[in-house]
Amino acid sequence: NPYAGLVNHLRAAWLSGKTRPMEYRVAQLEALGRFLDEKKEDILEATASDMGKPSFEAYFTEILLCKNEINGTLNNLSHWMKDEHVDKNLVTQLDSAFIRKDPYGVVLIIAAWNYPIHLFLVPLIGAIAAGNCVVFKPSEVAKNTERLVAEMLSCYLDNDCFAVVTAGVQETTRLLENKFDYIFYTGTSSVGRIVMTAAAKHLTPVTLELGGKNPCYVSDTCDVQNVARRVAWGRFFNAGQTCIAPDYVLCSVEMQEKLMPALREAITEFYGPNPQESPDFGRIVGDKHFRRVRALLCSGRVAIGGQTDEKERYIAPTVLADVLPSDPAMQEEIFGPILPIVVVANMDEAIDFINARPRPLAVYAFSCDSKVVNQVLERTSSGGFCGNDTLMHVTLTSLPFGGIGNSGLGKYHGRFTFDTFTHHRGCLHRNMGLEALNALRYPPYSQQKLGLLAATFEIKRKGMCTLL
Amino acid sequence: METMQQIVGQARAAFNSGRCRSLGFRMQQLKALERMVQEKEKEILAALKADLHKSGPSAYSHEILGVLKELALAMDKLPSWAAPQPVKRDLLTMRDEAYVCPEPLGVVLIIGAWNYPFVLVMQPLIGAIAAGNAVVVKPSEICENMARLVSDLLPQYLDQELYPVVTGGVPETTELLKQRFDHILYTGNSTVGKIVMAAAAKHLTPVTLELGGKSPCYIDKDCDLAVACRRITWGKYMNCGQTCIAPDYILCDPSIQSEVVENIKATLQEFYGEDVKSSPDYERIVNKRHFKRILGLLNGQKIAHGGEADEASCFIAPTILTDVSPESKVMEEEIFGPVLPILTVKNVDEAIEFINRREKPLALYVFSNNKKLIKRVISETFSGGVTGNDVIMHFFLSTLPFGGVGNSGIGAYHGKHSFETFSHHRACLIRDLKMEVMHKLRYPPGSQKKVDW
Repeated sequence: NPYAGLVNHLRAAWLSGKTRPMEYRVAQLEALGRFLDEKKEDILEATASDMGKPSFEAYFTEILLCKNEINGTLNNLSHWMKDEHVDKNLVTQLDSAFIRKDPYGVVLIIAAWNYPIHLFLVPLIGAIAAGNCVVFKPSEVAKNTERLVAEMLSCYLDNDCFAVVTAGVQETTRLLENKFDYIFYTGTSSVGRIVMTAAAKHLTPVTLELGGKNPCYVSDTCDVQNVARRVAWGRFFNAGQTCIAPDYVLCSVEMQEKLMPALREAITEFYGPNPQESPDFGRIVGDKHFRRVRALLCSGRVAIGGQTDEKERYIAPTVLADVLPSDPAMQEEIFGPILPIVVVANMDEAIDFINARPRPLAVYAFSCDSKVVNQVLERTSSGGFCGNDTLMHVTLTSLPFGGIGNSGLGKYHGRFTFDTFTHHRGCLHRNMGLEALNALRYPPYSQQKLGLLAATFEIKRKGMCTLL
Repeated sequence: METMQQIVGQARAAFNSGRCRSLGFRMQQLKALERMVQEKEKEILAALKADLHKSGPSAYSHEILGVLKELALAMDKLPSWAAPQPVKRDLLTMRDEAYVCPEPLGVVLIIGAWNYPFVLVMQPLIGAIAAGNAVVVKPSEICENMARLVSDLLPQYLDQELYPVVTGGVPETTELLKQRFDHILYTGNSTVGKIVMAAAAKHLTPVTLELGGKSPCYIDKDCDLAVACRRITWGKYMNCGQTCIAPDYILCDPSIQSEVVENIKATLQEFYGEDVKSSPDYERIVNKRHFKRILGLLNGQKIAHGGEADEASCFIAPTILTDVSPESKVMEEEIFGPVLPILTVKNVDEAIEFINRREKPLALYVFSNNKKLIKRVISETFSGGVTGNDVIMHFFLSTLPFGGVGNSGIGAYHGKHSFETFSHHRACLIRDLKMEVMHKLRYPPGSQKKVDW
């Protein structure tokens, strides 16, 4: 196996215990922070080359959010690493009972291309913080960013314990044949299945951050202009190539009519009269993806945008009206700057529509009536939920970020990343003395012993006390 | 005869009806389970006696007591466990509602094991019901009496569509695993664990795998040997060694090996009397296949105590092996029987090295008067869980997550950890549709000014 040598090298470093002390982890995390500071311009340039990522967006998602994660982790690491003492029962009152935070060992992170630094760096921060050795594979689809990471990151991190692998589909398959102690994958559901199947051969736990079609319900009682801005922002950010982008809108035919001019206004406000000339609007990452997204345009009718330029891989911010569930745009996750509007009669129909489909990564609901927002929240199921906005729930790192069902397994961000890469080991450190107290549990058994044992073990309901 | 597809489909339709969402409904089901355990205690104990030769008090304390405890805990804590948890907000979200909402996953599959056939089905079931799921229960077919009892009793007490019981062996389980579940909790061995996870992968179903391994037990020279050996004897020979967290083998200095043997022998006498076979408190091996497997491990070994066996009753006496070689068969697989190998090591460094050369075990045990040594062993090894100066006991403290790592498993449960395992933690951010001016900063057109701010 072409990667066996590399994995063995990291495993030897892991066994040496190098990554365990807090000082070591802090030093590596600080080095990651320096990488982001010193290579900021290179990162902005690479992501611009890869998908025309506007520098404002790139700075926000690839630098700022990542630095926040590093600082948040550094600020809390000693607290997170500490043994967590737990409540004890009667029998263990005099013992020490705690949860020990053990690293898993050698972990694998496979990132996606749409936020090519963020999607390997944020998991990497948690994996390092938790004391693991890490093999990480940035996406080969974002070629320039992949090259940047492969060439530059090794100067910052300890190469014995952290290795970048550049690999396409074939090589990744070989990589997955090796035994890892945890695998963190961001990407599509179909590859997610392949990753989990490979993991099963070694009983390797996984986190899968996948995708789906994130519905966005807009009720009739809402501030249309604000809704339009927030939805347009979420949809057209990174030219629609965002796993949590609002994928399609559900609203009444009256609201569709009101939304259209509002969306048009928001798009013009954001990108000017010709978005192709705006430095703030991105491009599709590759030719194959461009053609795939372009084909979705024949759904419903093009109410806004619709222009494309194959040379630049440009697709205009587009809104499709009167889209039918059977249309191409409703068959797959769009992952492009196209917003279909599907007309429904009312909120109940919208909820039924959402529930008839695989559970998405995010559900969005817009309404001035909080009861409506709560209804949509309570009656649907999704990775996360944001009321009256899009995307923003993932910027709050005290909230777990992950999917459910087809949209994923596991969660991360903030402390949740640390916990993901940590084995929570239940430890009970008992007293050698006081053996008399144990007598109740030993054979020969008797009903009398049993009665006493039951009394010491029992939890009484509400307010009654147990007698020793 | 309903097919697996029909049974699971029915459970899913019942889940989608929404009736198991309400806390009141879940409490009602948990209360019914409690009634079942109390009213059918005799039948449960009888099944355990028939399947595993478990005595009444042993079966009650190992299987029923724990279940009643988990039920009481779940009913007491459910409202607080199920409540949305507000989270710390940042500058951007200061005026919003931000919380994590525990939600049911959907239809959960629980596959039980045969060694503690009641508790290993019930404890996960309690957590899955508390979390608001529908649950398909598949008790182990190896304990025929318990499997039959569970499939008779659950429909009498619980909602029949939401919590169906499926019985059968490998072909039925294979068929069952083709269906789509929203979580699978499997207790058993690593080989089948891999099969379960591979089946789950097809549907992207999260799994909790409670597997096994060889749980090492290091006895330091500096310790009260009499106490240590009594505790080890209790944990090793309960259920005739058929316990996933039994101390599998002992590591100790050669100078104390014979004292260890003498202490264990004395304790065995105390526990089971002169004639172990006639003690009502000593169990039997579950079936002939395992009986033969375990006896085979004795070949070529130095038997310091025990070794007697009777195939007709699947009896194997409590057995101690000394000066065991690390390469012998008894050190290759999880023993899961009343055979205790002792391997000698020069010091704790060698013990740690020995343990770390092998797969991560489900449990790890270390006995010493020296607290620092115990802390060192914990810090320099890996395992699902640990008990220092005793065995088994970390299992009974439900505030500790119970599960394996590496080959010994994925995920954990018990107490609140069960509820969390069977829940989806949904991130919720509820914002105001007004206050648009606060949002302007993030909208294009972007500019250096905005970035610098």
